[in-house]
Amino acid sequence: MRLLITLLATALTVVIATSAEAFCGFYVARADTSLFNRASQVVMVRDDDRTVITMANDFDGDVSDFAVVVPVPTFIEREQINVGDRNIIQHLDAYTAPRLVEYHDTDPCARYDWRLHRELDGAAVPATSDEMRKAARARGVTIEASYTVGEYDILILSASQSAGLIRWLDENEYRIPPGAERVIGSYLKQDMRFFVAKVNIDEQSKLGFQYLRPLQVAYESRKFMLPIRLGTLNANGKQELYVYALTRTGRVETTNYRTVKIPSNTELPEFVQHEFADFYRAMFNRQVQNEKERAVFLEYAWDIGWCDPCAADPLSNQELRQLGVFWLDEQGGTNLRRIAPQPAQNVFVTRLHLRYDAEHFPEDLMLQETGDRQNYQGRYVIRHPWKGKASCDTSVYDAGVRERQEREAQQLANLTGWDIDNIRKKIPFAGGRGPESNKEPWWKRIWG
Amino acid sequence: MMRIFRLSHRLRDPRYYQIAVLGTLLCCGVFALDIGVRWQNAATIAVSALGMQLLFTRRLRLPHFDPLSPLITSLSLTLLLRTDTALLAACAAALAIGSKFLVRYRGKHVFNPANVAIVLTMLASDHVWVSSGQWGSTAISALALSCLGLLVLTRAKRAETTVAFLLVFAAMLFVRAAWLGDPLTIPLHQLQNGALLIFAFFMISDPKTTPDSAMGRALFATLVAGVAYVIQFVYYVPNGPILALIIVAPTVPLIDAWLRGRRYQWMPAKTRSHQTRANHPVSGVYR
Repeated sequence: MRLLITLLATALTVVIATSAEAFCGFYVARADTSLFNRASQVVMVRDDDRTVITMANDFDGDVSDFAVVVPVPTFIEREQINVGDRNIIQHLDAYTAPRLVEYHDTDPCARYDWRLHRELDGAAVPATSDEMRKAARARGVTIEASYTVGEYDILILSASQSAGLIRWLDENEYRIPPGAERVIGSYLKQDMRFFVAKVNIDEQSKLGFQYLRPLQVAYESRKFMLPIRLGTLNANGKQELYVYALTRTGRVETTNYRTVKIPSNTELPEFVQHEFADFYRAMFNRQVQNEKERAVFLEYAWDIGWCDPCAADPLSNQELRQLGVFWLDEQGGTNLRRIAPQPAQNVFVTRLHLRYDAEHFPEDLMLQETGDRQNYQGRYVIRHPWKGKASCDTSVYDAGVRERQEREAQQLANLTGWDIDNIRKKIPFAGGRGPESNKEPWWKRIWG
Repeated sequence: MMRIFRLSHRLRDPRYYQIAVLGTLLCCGVFALDIGVRWQNAATIAVSALGMQLLFTRRLRLPHFDPLSPLITSLSLTLLLRTDTALLAACAAALAIGSKFLVRYRGKHVFNPANVAIVLTMLASDHVWVSSGQWGSTAISALALSCLGLLVLTRAKRAETTVAFLLVFAAMLFVRAAWLGDPLTIPLHQLQNGALLIFAFFMISDPKTTPDSAMGRALFATLVAGVAYVIQFVYYVPNGPILALIIVAPTVPLIDAWLRGRRYQWMPAKTRSHQTRANHPVSGVYR
């Protein structure tokens, strides 16, 4: 039986390029989690000592082969485990994804200065037999509880020795990667518990889902952390992880790794519109290298009541409640709100993205909520030059556009490491001339 | 000639080096690492701290306005304290300087000014926090910070507080890792934390709020390290060292009573003799 020992990954999301008019440009496309292979997604709802975790599941093999081991900081009961809705995580992914927006230059011959507009951006069925319990006890493992929740059979385990637990997992067809004993031993000494889940085929066929829904756990613990060490043991190399934190006060950051804002509000050449996924992947890879593979990246931090520009509608109160946001006012009503700031719901979302392995992320992610409610988003801008008929001499405007196009080419090269000459070849420079024609002295352009 | 002599003596005051090092760290943090410092907060903190110092200098009729200590406190606060409200930054700076003049025992202030300000504002408001991970943990930056800090310490000739704290804290992290069976990369990663090093070199090392004797300082640092460990790894609350310092600070008078030593003065005796404030009954101790 195959073991997915890490946090689960989600189904791929489809990029749907709907456009929405907004002050911060017209939304064109987004860079959601489907850009990266082996991307796990975790939603963490946290307030005081209370945490609700939702783990997306993108397992696409035979469901009878699915098994997962999840460490949790404290003992949990049946009511603390739930099976969530995959669509909500996809919605959250779409809502928080880095986005591309576009502007169109206005007619340069109109009677006002187009340059004024350059700075617009604001930037319960028992699942175990008695024999199983006895065998477990012989290994020093206690099955504290066993339940069937949705399509999952879940066992909550505690153990005195990691070796016993490893042997028990092995005997029960959970294949453990080498090195897991050490990590499990460390977690056991830190009073962490484990729950293991397999798919109950009968329940699944009764429910009729074609995919595995995300598992949710609610618990109370001072530890605001995400255990990633078991994930680093998989032999698949580096892994992508997205953490969506939903909090009451403000942005979430890691306390034991650097949290770095992903570059944003950068103007890019027009052709990026058709290569946005490639651009974002290349840029992210470069940022990871710049930070020596040791940073967590902030892709989005926003009051969840609104967005500007919107890559997807904000989540409704009902969706938030399903994710475990327990402090929402019952009277809050629905909120398919966009663009303009709305009365705060006291839900702030932080999207963190990291690429991790054991070498660069030896410790679990320790998190803290900050008081920072400043909105931040990965936002990239393309500006289309005026392509209408000109009723005047546009040489000054064209020179300005060429300057801008050259600047955009350089910014793209800096962010992605792509070859600048290749980038220039893809840019239709204004007036049909290359950027070198801008090398003439600046004063020649003052009076035409 | 006399002027040069005075200048060279004045520069013996280690606080000039502290300001230079903290200023360099701030520049690195802002321009190279983007540690999230807001210039509005930095300015508010400096104005508020210097204003409070001036206020108390007048009120207590001290002979001389001393800008160095409030500047150091301002830099420490700017480096460690994060807030989205400038008013809270101003309050923190005022609390820091105020505590120095108001919470005293036998001519010594009890709490490190920046430390007390960070902890009190953090407890009072959700809008204050410490971004301990923002410095990154590459070995190179840790080394650079250590060397710069050591420079200040050798000038202050009171390195034992920092050394004892780091040794004891590191030892506990390594013992914990050995007990848990964790790889050595974990305690090493925990030690390569910029905020921990800033704390060790620039906060706990403050000679005005640590015991007078070398033995006392080592004991004090050990206590802080122990409490910090319990806060961070038993109760899982972040910023263990900063919280531990404020908890252990009230033991300094007890340690001083038990292990006597010479009271620290920022300036060498020769330099102070040039200044009239040396004769003032309360001079020096307010800094």
